[in-house]
Amino acid sequence: MTSHGIRDRVAIVGMGCTSFGERWDKGFDDLVVEAARDTFTSAGITKDDVDAYWIGTAQGGMSGITLARPLQLQGKPVTRVENYCTTGSEALRAAAYAVASGAYDVAMAVGAEKVKDSGYQGLNAAPPPNDGTARTLTAAAMFSMVAPAYAAKYGVDDDQMADVLATISAKNHHNGARNPRAQFRREVSKETILASPRVAGGLGVFDCAGVADGAAAAIVVRAEDAHRYTDRPLYIKALSFAAGSGSGLIDPDYDYTHFPECETTATDAYLQAGITDPRRQLAFAEVHDCFTPTELVLMEDLGFSARGEAWKDVLAGTFALDGELPVNPDGGLKSFGHPVGASGLRMFFECWLQLRGEAPPERQLRSDRTLALTHNLGGYPGEMVSFVSVVGTEPG
Amino acid sequence: MRELTQRQLRASRPATIGGVRGIVGAAGYIPFRRLSRSEIATVFSAGGGKGTRAVSGHDEDTTTMGVEAARLALRSCGGATPSALWFATTSPAYLDKTNATAVHRALRLPGDVPAYDFGGALRSGIGALSASLGSSGTVLVVAADQRDGLPTSADESAGGDGAAALVVGDGRGEGPLLAEHLGGASATDEFVDRWRVPGERRDRLWEERFGETRYLELGLDVWGRACEGAGVAPESVSKVVVTGMHSRAVAALAKKLGIAEGALADDRSRDVGQTGCAHPMVVLASVLEDEAQGQRRGEVPAGRVVALIHLADGADALIFRTTSELARWQPTRSVNDQVAWGAPVPYGKFLSWRGMLTLEPPRRPEPPRVSSTAAWRSEEWKYGFVGARDRSSGAVHLPPSRVSMKGGAFDDMEPVPMADSEGTIVTFTVDHMAYSPSPPIVFAVVDFVGGGRFPVELTDVDAGTLAVGDRVEMTFRRLFTADGIHDYFWKARPVRNGPPLAEGSNQ
Repeated sequence: MTSHGIRDRVAIVGMGCTSFGERWDKGFDDLVVEAARDTFTSAGITKDDVDAYWIGTAQGGMSGITLARPLQLQGKPVTRVENYCTTGSEALRAAAYAVASGAYDVAMAVGAEKVKDSGYQGLNAAPPPNDGTARTLTAAAMFSMVAPAYAAKYGVDDDQMADVLATISAKNHHNGARNPRAQFRREVSKETILASPRVAGGLGVFDCAGVADGAAAAIVVRAEDAHRYTDRPLYIKALSFAAGSGSGLIDPDYDYTHFPECETTATDAYLQAGITDPRRQLAFAEVHDCFTPTELVLMEDLGFSARGEAWKDVLAGTFALDGELPVNPDGGLKSFGHPVGASGLRMFFECWLQLRGEAPPERQLRSDRTLALTHNLGGYPGEMVSFVSVVGTEPG
Repeated sequence: MRELTQRQLRASRPATIGGVRGIVGAAGYIPFRRLSRSEIATVFSAGGGKGTRAVSGHDEDTTTMGVEAARLALRSCGGATPSALWFATTSPAYLDKTNATAVHRALRLPGDVPAYDFGGALRSGIGALSASLGSSGTVLVVAADQRDGLPTSADESAGGDGAAALVVGDGRGEGPLLAEHLGGASATDEFVDRWRVPGERRDRLWEERFGETRYLELGLDVWGRACEGAGVAPESVSKVVVTGMHSRAVAALAKKLGIAEGALADDRSRDVGQTGCAHPMVVLASVLEDEAQGQRRGEVPAGRVVALIHLADGADALIFRTTSELARWQPTRSVNDQVAWGAPVPYGKFLSWRGMLTLEPPRRPEPPRVSSTAAWRSEEWKYGFVGARDRSSGAVHLPPSRVSMKGGAFDDMEPVPMADSEGTIVTFTVDHMAYSPSPPIVFAVVDFVGGGRFPVELTDVDAGTLAVGDRVEMTFRRLFTADGIHDYFWKARPVRNGPPLAEGSNQ
């Protein structure tokens, strides 16, 4: 497989992100307008300066008109993209490649989701007409099978495993408490996390991502044009995406302790970006912590920990805000909330803030490192799409 | 006029042109759950009684129970392929649309095997069996019922859910005769003793003594004619099965048959309950299982006479003689074992499963109706649980795939029937949020013996007792109903440990 990437050929020059949460008083269009306006302001341009648009939304609407109508875009190429929970990342990938190709000078990616209009907790996707034989489990149940498999493979006892998962949840709540845009802005003790009601398998309420409304957006231009818009652009070092075949669900060799799609995209992204030691080269990482066992396994899939070692690194505080490699300094899906189509772009927004020194002081990282990673996945163990990007402040 | 009619009544003898017919395979299906009848009185201070009744799961209906019984019966005679499938029930999953067709597809019978419903009446099961004995070819007769009654009613307690299947033939095509049909007699009478108009959930009953009087007379009439026609003396009959929803009439008739002490078969009313139109076949299957075991142990000889009398809108009697082949017959799973392996269901859950009580549903969107066209296209998978095996890599695909997950070969798959494969639980979880008619969902990743993995919902299970490594088997179930369309598919259930299925084996 060939994956050349577009290292340093495209830069992000403006971003915006709404607050995430139960935005009862805002509709899908309101969220899109809010994120887009902030992004135009951030880049110092107007909607007419943008040559092409991509709107990522899983269920917010169909076709590019989902964005063209609320922004009243006249005669622009606007495309809606959907790729499970990596939808927002995919909007950015499409916009970046469009600029890299030379087809457009300025492109915009918007991700948005109005989840809380469904009347149900959690995420609910309406399936296409089908034969009624597909399982109907929640994502929580599918991911809940990871923790016991991991614990059994690496000899982690029940109490240790519960402590590891609670540490991840508490860490993300700690970070979210320092994020004014986050859905949940309070710290939660490990005792409270461990005592929460079970949702699926061993997973409790505090092991699950927040379900939120929200939107985020980015404007990308060719790298050589970036300084026309900002003194501190974010250069795209790598964009990698993989769709699994779903064979993990039916392959007896799959053991639920790793996500092959994530390993594949991490390897590809590191090659594109020239990264050889992510744990020491990255300033921080934003990862798809939809459930606490997911974040645990990702530490290994992304190469931050050796196989079977992530649980020890979690307990050692390696991924805490003041740790060796902070993970989800914005609180992650856990406390920032998860508006499906917006989440991938929200991860880039944290990179935008942190690497440019614009994060709130109480969570601003002090690091000499200039690279950050975002990881975004959709689907379930065995049947997953995965996205990994690397961005940095220094070209070349 | 009535006396004239009575004089014209005759006993039927087996047709001699096609040779002797009889039973070549048999099985009862008793669902996993048991309601303790005493629980009813603790809730309502009324109703109930002693013993238990069998309760079908929330994901079972007469069609799925019929499938389970038919699978057991066909396996008991070496996977016979019948030339016809007849399905009887008083509680059909569909009206107008044939239910036997779903049974037919779940059994993966050839398309040229006709499948018909015998619907509506408690007499339809014995009627289908009688007709099959006078028919030709190998007929798979399936009967299934779910018996309802309002809370505290006698029907609620006395009823039971279950199914039975008998493979009827001439012993030449699909395995040897286990029991020869010696003859029988029938009496038909029109009187309103028990009735239900379409759409109602419960039967209504006339004053009990009237039905008792009628059934006693009709039962003795058919018994006398059947014994005479078959050339057997009542006192020489080894086992007599008497069934019918009118328990007083059944008890009264049993006392007047003139049979030997100990010849009356246990009608399973204390542990299973009256399974309606399936009941005569459920008890007959159980009796044949006992006879087979008795022969193997040398406790009873071959050639014993077994009789069946069913009281419903008249009376029917059928007389059989066991053969020595019975000693070599291996019942797939005996009624006794299924009764022994049952587990309790609380009365409240029973009431909610029957729609007598409406519980707060899970706050999740209900599934949309199944696409009829999509279901038809995946008929082999959905109804037969047939996967595909890649010829080059051997990888099993569940559901079938045209392109292999290993090696990537296109369109080089062979069908692989998986419904009778056992599997092992690799991992499992309990989902408290997913939609289910009876949450929570217990779900497991299952690796099948002989290859193949499938993540599948478990049923007939208490999650607290599950462990990784447990053995499971597949069972045909109704997942949900939307827009009146039932979604049939397969689930896995633990392979029950218990007493051996049967002693001795012809394998």
